[in-house]
Amino acid sequence: MLLKNQTSSIISTYAADVSGVCSALFEMGGMTVMHDASGCNSTYNTHDEPRWYDTDSMVFISALTETEAIMGNDNKLIGDIIDAACQLSPEFIAIAGTPIPMITGTDFSAVARVVEAQTGIPSFGFDTNGMHSYLLGASAAFTAIAEHMVDTDLEKSKNLSVNILGTTPLDFSVNSYLGSVNAWLAAQGFEIIGKWGVGARLCDIRRAKSAHVNLVMSSCGLEAARTLRRRFGTPYVIGIPINGKFSDSLAFALKSAATTGECEKAYHTDGGSDTIIIGEAVAAGCIKDAAYKKYGIKMHVLCPPDTDYEVLPCDSQALGGENITRRILASAKRIIADPLYMPICPETAEFIPLPHEAFSGRIFRESIPDLMKTF
Amino acid sequence: MLTKLNPRSANTKICDAEFPIPFKSGLEYSAPARGTWNIVHTGMLIPEVHEVFVCAASCLRGVVLTAAEMKAQKRFSTIEIRENNLLNGDMEQLITDGVSDIIAHLAKRPPAILLYTSCIHHFVGCDMHIVFDRLAEMFPDIAFTDCYMNPIMRKSGLDPDRLMRRQLYSLLKPRQKIEKSVNIIGNDLPTDESSELTTLLKSGGFSVKDITSCKSYTEYLEMAESTVNIVYYPAAKPAGEYLECKLGQKLLYLPASFNYCEIRRCITALVHEFKLPPFDFNSAEERCENALKRLSGIIGNTPVAIDYTAVYRPFELAKLLSEHGINVTHIYADSISNDDKDAFLYLQKNVPNIILMPTVNVLMRVLPHTSSETVLAIGQKAAYFTGTNNFVNIIEGGGHWGYDGILRLCAEAEDAFLHKKDAKNIIQVKGWGCSCC
Repeated sequence: MLLKNQTSSIISTYAADVSGVCSALFEMGGMTVMHDASGCNSTYNTHDEPRWYDTDSMVFISALTETEAIMGNDNKLIGDIIDAACQLSPEFIAIAGTPIPMITGTDFSAVARVVEAQTGIPSFGFDTNGMHSYLLGASAAFTAIAEHMVDTDLEKSKNLSVNILGTTPLDFSVNSYLGSVNAWLAAQGFEIIGKWGVGARLCDIRRAKSAHVNLVMSSCGLEAARTLRRRFGTPYVIGIPINGKFSDSLAFALKSAATTGECEKAYHTDGGSDTIIIGEAVAAGCIKDAAYKKYGIKMHVLCPPDTDYEVLPCDSQALGGENITRRILASAKRIIADPLYMPICPETAEFIPLPHEAFSGRIFRESIPDLMKTF
Repeated sequence: MLTKLNPRSANTKICDAEFPIPFKSGLEYSAPARGTWNIVHTGMLIPEVHEVFVCAASCLRGVVLTAAEMKAQKRFSTIEIRENNLLNGDMEQLITDGVSDIIAHLAKRPPAILLYTSCIHHFVGCDMHIVFDRLAEMFPDIAFTDCYMNPIMRKSGLDPDRLMRRQLYSLLKPRQKIEKSVNIIGNDLPTDESSELTTLLKSGGFSVKDITSCKSYTEYLEMAESTVNIVYYPAAKPAGEYLECKLGQKLLYLPASFNYCEIRRCITALVHEFKLPPFDFNSAEERCENALKRLSGIIGNTPVAIDYTAVYRPFELAKLLSEHGINVTHIYADSISNDDKDAFLYLQKNVPNIILMPTVNVLMRVLPHTSSETVLAIGQKAAYFTGTNNFVNIIEGGGHWGYDGILRLCAEAEDAFLHKKDAKNIIQVKGWGCSCC
């Protein structure tokens, strides 16, 4: 029984890397193409993309067929992308892989180079394969933007300013929280340059260099922050604001980083408790800190697969399949997690629902809290 | 953000359209109308069975959340394929170990498991014979059958929809036949009790079995006792052919139609096959004529848009409505089926200005989804693309059949014209009519 950690008898699975690419780039005015037969498109726009119905975007599939895959007909893919680009004039083109193109060895970087050469539109290839979590896909997409789409001839803004990195709906949904964050930053004296995620505008993102500091609000935004630091020296702070004292310390960290140029992670509380929280690492780490500050509660954190080590809170670990998770949860007295984890939680534990769109999709969207109002 | 394009850049007048594929293929868009069923919904029609999907995370995501939205998580499990399984060539072991592990964790042992494999298994040459042999040996009390989530094969032989409808009946085993027992097979939705198909059979003393009304696995297995399988959904024909060969059940294909001649032919065949009393065609057609006349009078010159997810034969429906003075202006369909060819040719000649619209063309994402006047839509996609809340909310024919189907559709169209619905919330529900909605 070597392989049973890959089974889930009842719980859900996290959104995949290819959805992460689409989600990160959704509002930036580019065209994203999933090189896939059919399923990835409806999965993404039904379960992973709450903006699909009301917000313009250009996310498509290549509608790959068996014959094209076997014959290695990349010309069909390239021709279709160019044809669509000529009609839609996107700001950039992103091409993301899925399982079958991985098996047939599609060279996405090469496809992107050909598309860019023929259209003159900046193009990126992503070696996603549908076998990793959304964190890797979204991270790769934001990083490509940070690497290739940011203007280099700008000075720092006169006012204290910030970019918000990594705010896809997969981690933050589309409730009032991100609006609350914007208001909080403004109240702290920050001008927001660019929002990398919900509310993104490419014209703002191009000005990212002018920000004094970057606020990394999820694991998805970390590699882009590193890229912006390497390219422009901009420091970053990892954290999300939460109602209460924790936000004060985050604001202090942001201002401090803007002055000193040093990067910081805003959550430090150690673990050692029978309370377990399952969630994206930055959000879970901040909730853990905020809970300790406000209620004196310590927590152990479980994070989705593919989480970058730098954002991991103290006393945390990556989720390792249903069987392992079930064993870890067995001794917990209190569990804070998406409701779709409930079937593997012990009945004796207090369960506090914290819906996570990247895990349960749209099912519990209405009850995802605004942590600036409810904590 | 995007430049709104002229709708004419995507569409074609029906008189200029080519049969059977009127639009150039390319990148594809997916409209947020989700009412049509997928393979999870359809598989769950077999009572008590458990579904196991074996695929990459990206593919699992859509199906696991389908099951969760159905509140059917207890009947649904997954085995996640990772890169190492492709490199190590241990796919067969992954499946047998995975299924064993899942069974060990189930609160209740299922009578059968639908094992869904994916495009990956096809490409890596996974030996499913070994897998099923091992599983049968390990779990002799559980029946296993093969199902497929392989959209890459949608243009290679049986597409996934047809394949699913066939495999849905693969667990049936030969049984003693019961003369007065008949199946209707291949539908996701129950056939209307008032349809001629149902009323005529029941009036002849026949027991009509349908997977949509089975309450237990035992009841499902009893479908093998019927002498005839009636199919009216085109995608279910392979299922009928399969059962004819496997169980010796005669296939009777009686397509759902909006053409009086075709309905006459189907009812005549039904009456002949089951030795039923003669049917009064003239009265039934007169009722339809009255209903169509009434509908035409109520909606006047209101534009009507029809899409292919609402009915099996959108062109035949457009022909019927046009012939009765109803202003059909748009048909949303990416291809035209052979069953609909005659109606398509009729419309080309007689109503040449009907606009044929694609649903997956990339331009459909950016064209305005609004109309300057009230539009009556038949189908969720037509409702979405025209931006109307006056729409008939049916998928896959809605369980309608025969003259009764025409009467019901007229009544639904009238109601849709008079009463708005909340299109945004309704059409995003997956699998309309299944247990989740």
